Amino acid sequence: MTMFKALAGLAISALLMGSAAFAGEIVINSDHSDPAPKKAMEELIADFQAKHPDITVKWNNFDHEGYKAAIRNFLTADPPDVAAWYAGNRMAPFVEAGLFEDVSDVWAANGLDDQLKSSAASMTIDGKKWGVPYTYYQWGIYYRADIFKEQGIEPPKTWAELLAASEKLHAAGIAPFAIGTKALWPTGGWFDYLNLRVNGYEFHMDLTAGKVPYTDPRVKAVFEKWAELVTPGYFLENHAAIDWQDAIPQMVQGKAAMYLMGNFAVATMKEGGLTEDQIGFMQFPEITPGIPMAEEAPTDTFHIPAGAKNKEDAKVFLAYLASPEAQAKMNATLGQLPVNNQAAKPADKFLEAGFNMLSNAYALAQFYDRDTDAEMAKAGMEGFQEFMVKPDQIDRILERLEKVRAKVYK
Amino acid sequence: MPDTAPSAGFWKRNQLRIAPILFLAPGALMFLIYVLIPIVQSVWISFHDWDGLGAKVWIGLGNYAELLDDDTFYVALKNNLIWLALYLLAIPMGLAAALFLNQSVWGIRLYKSLFFFPFVISQVVVGLMFTWFYAPDFGLFSQAIHWLTGAEVAILADERFVTLGIIAAGLWPQTAYCMILYLTGLNNLNPEQIEAARMDNARGWRLLWHVILPQLAPATFIAMVVTVIGALRSFDLVSIMTAGGPYGSSQVLSYFMYEQALSEYGYRMGYGAAIAVVLFLIMMVFITLFIVRMIAQERNR
Repeated sequence: MTMFKALAGLAISALLMGSAAFAGEIVINSDHSDPAPKKAMEELIADFQAKHPDITVKWNNFDHEGYKAAIRNFLTADPPDVAAWYAGNRMAPFVEAGLFEDVSDVWAANGLDDQLKSSAASMTIDGKKWGVPYTYYQWGIYYRADIFKEQGIEPPKTWAELLAASEKLHAAGIAPFAIGTKALWPTGGWFDYLNLRVNGYEFHMDLTAGKVPYTDPRVKAVFEKWAELVTPGYFLENHAAIDWQDAIPQMVQGKAAMYLMGNFAVATMKEGGLTEDQIGFMQFPEITPGIPMAEEAPTDTFHIPAGAKNKEDAKVFLAYLASPEAQAKMNATLGQLPVNNQAAKPADKFLEAGFNMLSNAYALAQFYDRDTDAEMAKAGMEGFQEFMVKPDQIDRILERLEKVRAKVYK
Repeated sequence: MPDTAPSAGFWKRNQLRIAPILFLAPGALMFLIYVLIPIVQSVWISFHDWDGLGAKVWIGLGNYAELLDDDTFYVALKNNLIWLALYLLAIPMGLAAALFLNQSVWGIRLYKSLFFFPFVISQVVVGLMFTWFYAPDFGLFSQAIHWLTGAEVAILADERFVTLGIIAAGLWPQTAYCMILYLTGLNNLNPEQIEAARMDNARGWRLLWHVILPQLAPATFIAMVVTVIGALRSFDLVSIMTAGGPYGSSQVLSYFMYEQALSEYGYRMGYGAAIAVVLFLIMMVFITLFIVRMIAQERNR
């Protein structure tokens, strides 16, 4: 009897050990709720499971907006093994609170320092890597190529050309720039690009890191350039009342000609009825000559929470996610750009333009609300919006921003 | 009670004292857990610098000092006062609607329910409907303004009108609520008093002011309470229609609190809690007034 018990115990423990070795499970929490990201994620998981049949993936898909609040809860209460988030300062609070795992070893073991080079800086805090980026997209000026042709406008390469083009469009009764600032963040794109072009990447990073006061004359210079577009009324009227999508119909109807936006706007423009030939893409023009051109490329990432139960398999997943094949396939579905520089080039016209622009970029900024502290970002973008309505109030606005900066970065 | 009673048992002796406590206990416990303790916690958190994740750092009155130096706080406070003043319009408007509907014609029940309808739908839906109503280009309101004046006004993008625009949206359901309160009040009018007043030749405004309204005083009181509290906690409409914008000009205290403590750009729990405490103190002024009045009334009975 005792013999039997011992044997049974042995058998059971062997069974348990066996199942532990074969049925590793990782839980992934992410916010791929829109159709394209959802499909990309489903494909990624299916491919990963085909390659690693011993690891089971359990995926919890969250609503995009709700995720931002949910992650704060689940990271502390019930951490998954892998969680989606964003690069740059957006991940800083979680890193500082010790909620993300250092994954520098995944980078080193898979040659990612080289393959994901363009995003290395934005994934590094205190000299360690805290996650793996899998996609980004370019920002730039999307314009109505047919309207440009009608008006005899060449895509502007310099600030002076941009002003001339705007004047011409304005005179023809077309708003040069579409924008909807109700949700505030579209103003951040304008500020970022103007600052990157007027003062350069290093200054922009110092400013968003809170090292430079907003009352600095160099910041004022950015707004002086911006005012050259605001004061003559080159932006869509009533932009503070509408969201960014609401400004697209104006462009489709030919009432506005240019839109400084991320590449995701192309899909909305096409849905609105524009054909691929009607949409053009150009890099944001040069302002201060000789300043190297840095670009905006918000990066999406995956991380391992510090409280994850199955870190070993989670690291296998991150390594797979970083591979050129996985990134190429995923981004083809997402309609975005792979971060891995070994990945196959995208076929889409706008993505190809973006890929070329970003691979020649001097440096990449994440976006105003990802590069700077959250509270500062909110106050800053409110200030930008107010400036776009009341450009003459700039001194008062900058003083207010400086007050917030002094408070946030003390 | 004679001294020979100890055998009657503890329960028998103390029943009269213990029973009320037992009856109160479940309610009191709920009140303690869901109301009193959170209030104390909020006050406690408001003395800290805390992002909701890391350690709490005691900063004493730091959050309150910062609040007094925060321009947004004053904008929110000013808007709350505007809300308070204009939201009270729901009471006379509700009374007017109730008087109008208090007649017996065929199908009046249908009209009554149509008037009550805005209170039934969610505030979020009200907010969305008014957002479209005000929307530049295609909104009915902007079209009307354009047709009348030739100029276009984007209510929700204009810092001069935005708060008024949101209050107008809020008045729609609130008027319906006040109307229902008055309709029930009108059902309970004393017909003899009205008859007597008519015999004394009172009619129109005089009848309304001196005979009807005093009888509606309880309804007015309740309408006042819910409207004042509704104005102070105006959150849903601000959140849906403008999110405090443009550039923070339609901010109110409750939304400001949410934004600082819980929104994407916030997570300053201590600062949010400090705003909550200030809002609580303001509400306390009104709540105290109402309670004092209620106690006074009960004593008079």
